[in-house]
Amino acid sequence: MLQRTLYDKLWDDHAVHAEDDGTTLLYIDRQLVHEVTSAQAFEGLRLARRKPWRIDANLAVADHNVPTTDRSKGIDDVVARLQIETLDRNCEESGIVEFRMNDPRQGIVHVIGPEQGATLPGMTVVCGDSHTSTHGAFGCLAFGIGTSEVEHVLATQTLVAKKSRNMLVLFNGRPGRGVTAKDLALALIGQIGTAGGTGYTIEYAGTAIEGLSMEGRMTLCNMSIEAGARAGLVAVDETTITYMRGRPFGPGPAYWNRAADYWRTLRSDPGARFDRVVEIDASQIVPQVTWGTSPEMVVPVDGRVPDPDRERDPVRREGMERALTYMGLEPNTPIESIRVDKVFIGSCTNSRIEDLRAAAAVVRGRRKAQNVKLVLIVPGSGLVKRQAEQEGLDRIFRDAGFEWREPGCSMCLGMNADVLLAGERCASTSNRNFEGRQGAGGRTHLVSPEMAAAAAIEGHFVDVRRWR
Amino acid sequence: MDKFITHQGIVAPLDRANVDTDAIIPKQFLKSIKRSGFGPNLFDSWRYLDVGEPDSDNSGRPLNPDFILNQERYKGASILLARKNFGCGSSREHAPWALCDYGFKVVIAPSYGEIFFNNSFKTGFLPIVLPESQIDRLFHEVFAFPGFRLTVDLQAQTVSTGDGTAMPFEVDAFRKYCLLNGLDDIGLTLRNAEKIRAFEDKRRLAQPWLFGAIV
Ligand code: SF4
Repeated sequence: MLQRTLYDKLWDDHAVHAEDDGTTLLYIDRQLVHEVTSAQAFEGLRLARRKPWRIDANLAVADHNVPTTDRSKGIDDVVARLQIETLDRNCEESGIVEFRMNDPRQGIVHVIGPEQGATLPGMTVVCGDSHTSTHGAFGCLAFGIGTSEVEHVLATQTLVAKKSRNMLVLFNGRPGRGVTAKDLALALIGQIGTAGGTGYTIEYAGTAIEGLSMEGRMTLCNMSIEAGARAGLVAVDETTITYMRGRPFGPGPAYWNRAADYWRTLRSDPGARFDRVVEIDASQIVPQVTWGTSPEMVVPVDGRVPDPDRERDPVRREGMERALTYMGLEPNTPIESIRVDKVFIGSCTNSRIEDLRAAAAVVRGRRKAQNVKLVLIVPGSGLVKRQAEQEGLDRIFRDAGFEWREPGCSMCLGMNADVLLAGERCASTSNRNFEGRQGAGGRTHLVSPEMAAAAAIEGHFVDVRRWR
Repeated sequence: MDKFITHQGIVAPLDRANVDTDAIIPKQFLKSIKRSGFGPNLFDSWRYLDVGEPDSDNSGRPLNPDFILNQERYKGASILLARKNFGCGSSREHAPWALCDYGFKVVIAPSYGEIFFNNSFKTGFLPIVLPESQIDRLFHEVFAFPGFRLTVDLQAQTVSTGDGTAMPFEVDAFRKYCLLNGLDDIGLTLRNAEKIRAFEDKRRLAQPWLFGAIV
C-alpha cells in the first residue's frame, strides 16, 4: 500500500464523497463556536428553516468580546453585550452546549477545546477562527473557516473542501535554554514568509518537536496560519496520550484503550512523500522579536532592526519602510534597546499554564520597570487561572505590579476594553503584529512569554538567555 | 447568493503586499451581528484620519486624501487590484462582506490568504489570481490611465483590457458552477444527506467516543 502522511490519513478518514476533480465532502467531528463569527450563521439557518445536523458535535464559548475585569456586573459595551447575548440565545434555542461568561470553564476557544477533551486525536475540528490550527497539535485535522462555512457545518456536518499539499517542517536538534515553541514558530515564519505555507498542511516533526510538551506543540501549530498554512499537525505520541487522560469530554474508561490504540496509528508512514520539506536546526535558534507589522518581519533578539536600503525588491522595500514608520523605529536599532510601554501575556498562542509558569519563573521576586505602564496577564481559561492561583503564580505577578485578569482574548485583538493607545509599544505573546491589531496606532512586538516577562521587568527587550 | 457571470468596472490599485483582514475591516466592526453595512468601514484605518467606532456617523469623518479609494479618479471602482498574500490573517468573513458592501465585485492579486480566498466565493465575490508580471503591468496601466477599466468574464475565465488583451485565469470548476448559477452550497450538499448519514453511522461504530460526548 502507498505510504501516507498523517494528513493523507486524516483526509481519507473523513472523505464522505469525492468528485473527479478532487472536490471532497469532508465529515466534521467537532465544531467550536464563538460569538464573533456565528451570529450570521445561526441567522442563515433560521432563514432557510434548517436545523443543526448534530448538536453534540458543537461546543460554544464567548471569548473575543468578554471583559477581563470584574464580570459580575455584566458587560458595559452594548454592541459587545448584544453579540454575546445572541450567542447565548442561539445556543439555548439549538441545544448546543455553551460555557457562558461566568462558567469556570470559560476561556479562549482554542484553549478550552483541548483542555476539555473536546478536541481529540483523529478528529476533524473546525471553528470560525483562523487559529483553529492550534488543535492540530493533537494529531487531528483542524482549520479555520468563515461564517458561511460555520453555517454549512451546522446544517450538514460536512464541508466542501479540496485537499492541500503536504509540507514537512523538521526541527532537528534541541533548542537551547530560553528558546521556546514560540521562537520556533517565529523563526520558521521568518524563514519561509507569511505565505510560505499557503496551499499546504504543515506537519511538524524532528527531535525538537518530540521534546515539546502539548502546550508547546499547540503554540507552534497555532501560528501555522501566520505561515500561510490553514492547518498544522504533530503526530500522536505518548505525550499526546498522557495529556488526553481524564479529560471531561474524552473517551472515558469504557473506550480508553480502544481510542488510545487507534490514536497511536496517527503518524506519517515511514517514507511517506511530502511536496515540500523545510529543515531547521533548532539548536541554532535565538529568542525572536518581531520589529514590523507582519509576523515575517522578525529578527533574533541579539540582532538589529533591518535597513530597507539593503532590500532589492521594491515592493518589499516599500513594505519595510511603511512598517518602520508605523512602528516608530529607525533602521539598525539594536533590538535590546527598544523600550516598551505595555506588556501582554495571553492569547491562544501563549496563555496556558506552562506559559504562565515560564513567565512567573522570570518575574519571581522582581518588579516591573517604571516606564512600563501596564502588564496584563490574561490566562487562557478559567481552569488555567485556577491552576495558576493554586500554584501561587498570581501572587508573583501581582507582587511585580502586573495585573491578573479574567480569561479571554483580551489585548490579542482588543475587541474589549484592553487596547493599546496610538503610539504605544507592546511586548506581546500573541500571534499578530498587524497595524492596529491591538488598538488603532498601537505597536506590537511578538515574543515568547519569558521574553515578554523580562521586557516588563527591564522596560526594554532583553535576551533571556543571558539575563537573570 | 447573487449570480456572477461577467463584470466590467473601474479598477482601484492597492499597491501593498500582505494586506491583512484586520486592515480590510478592523475588529471593532466585528461586533455586528449582521452580514451587511460594513462598506463604509472597509479599510477604515487607512481611509479615515480618525478612529471609527461601530456607531460612528461615517459621512462626517475626516478622509485621508492619500488613500486610493478617496481619490476622485477611482470613484465607483468595483475591481480591486492588489499585491501578494491579499487577505492574509483571520477567518472573518466580514472582510469579503465589507469589500462587497462597498461595491467591489472582483479582486485581482498574485496570491491570497487561503481562508479569505475561500470565503470570497461564498459571498458571490470573485478573487482572481494572475501572475506577478501581469499584475505589475496592470499596476502601471491603472496609474497611467485615469478611468482604467477591466472586463472579467467568468464563463470564459478571462480578464480583458480595453485594447482587447485577454488574460486567462484559473478557477475551480465547482466554485465556478456555484457562482455562475448563484447556488447556495448547503442545498447542494444536502442532496448527499443519505451518504453523510451512512458515513456517520459507520463512524459511530468505529469510534463511538466521538459521539454523544457533549450534551
Ligand atoms: S486569542 Fe487572539 S488569535 Fe486567539 S482566538 Fe482570540 S483573538 Fe483570535
